[in-house]
Amino acid sequence: MSMTLQTRQVDGITILDLSGRIVLGEGSVQLRDAIKELVSKGQKHILLNLGDVNYIDSSGLGELVSAYTTVKNAGGELKLLNLTKKVHDLLQITKLYTVFDVKDDEATAVSAFSAK
Amino acid sequence: MFGSREHSERGEHRITLTLASSLASVDQVEQTAEHLAAEAGIDEDARFGITMAVREAAANAVFHGNKGNSAKHITASFENTGTSLIFCIADEGEGLDPDTLPDPLAPENLMRGSGRGIFLIRSFMDEVHFRRLEPGTEMTLIKRFTPEANTGTNTGNQETKR
Repeated sequence: MSMTLQTRQVDGITILDLSGRIVLGEGSVQLRDAIKELVSKGQKHILLNLGDVNYIDSSGLGELVSAYTTVKNAGGELKLLNLTKKVHDLLQITKLYTVFDVKDDEATAVSAFSAK
Repeated sequence: MFGSREHSERGEHRITLTLASSLASVDQVEQTAEHLAAEAGIDEDARFGITMAVREAAANAVFHGNKGNSAKHITASFENTGTSLIFCIADEGEGLDPDTLPDPLAPENLMRGSGRGIFLIRSFMDEVHFRRLEPGTEMTLIKRFTPEANTGTNTGNQETKR
């Protein structure tokens, strides 16, 4: 199953609802392109909803890191929402859990952005 | 694709695939590993780690070993010994020295966009071996299991270099 991605706005925050697999190839490229497009349009407060992402490989992890860096370098913020246990464990063993601001609740996540 | 399935006298089996250097081959290797692990009765959590490790090894062979060169192939073999799953992934590249790989957990590497593949393989498998070929590298991944009580818990990582 490949990745699907949908975008919505909540209180000035762009939420990307991702589902499927973020892996080497199409999934990673899709995420990269989406982040670049949002940042170029000035939408720099981004919440990645990974609730329906059941698989991320090393390429996908790299893409999450690149997305974080791209948004941060543009003066924005990127947070993660609704990690599945598998994705949570992957972020733990790669120590990336310490890098990302991870939230379990959408409303809490949206209100946690510093400036909208 | 060139493939073969060899059955041993004890009912164990070994599958060997020779595949093009492509993303489709990476997917095929992953799916074959998933099938073998499911056939062995390994639970979903452990299968997740196994298939991820094998996928990473195949991706490494295709894109780092063979550098995506369509003239080069990867060879993947899959074996269930009854107590272990053994995966051998070989490329035809310039060779990999695992000792020279940067530590992806080091603070200076944490924000890198790549370099976590071998680390994930080591995390999910019980043994990982590297062997230099002429040309290329063969990576052997071993996951032990107890047929009656399979769990996703790693019993410990051991790495040796052959």
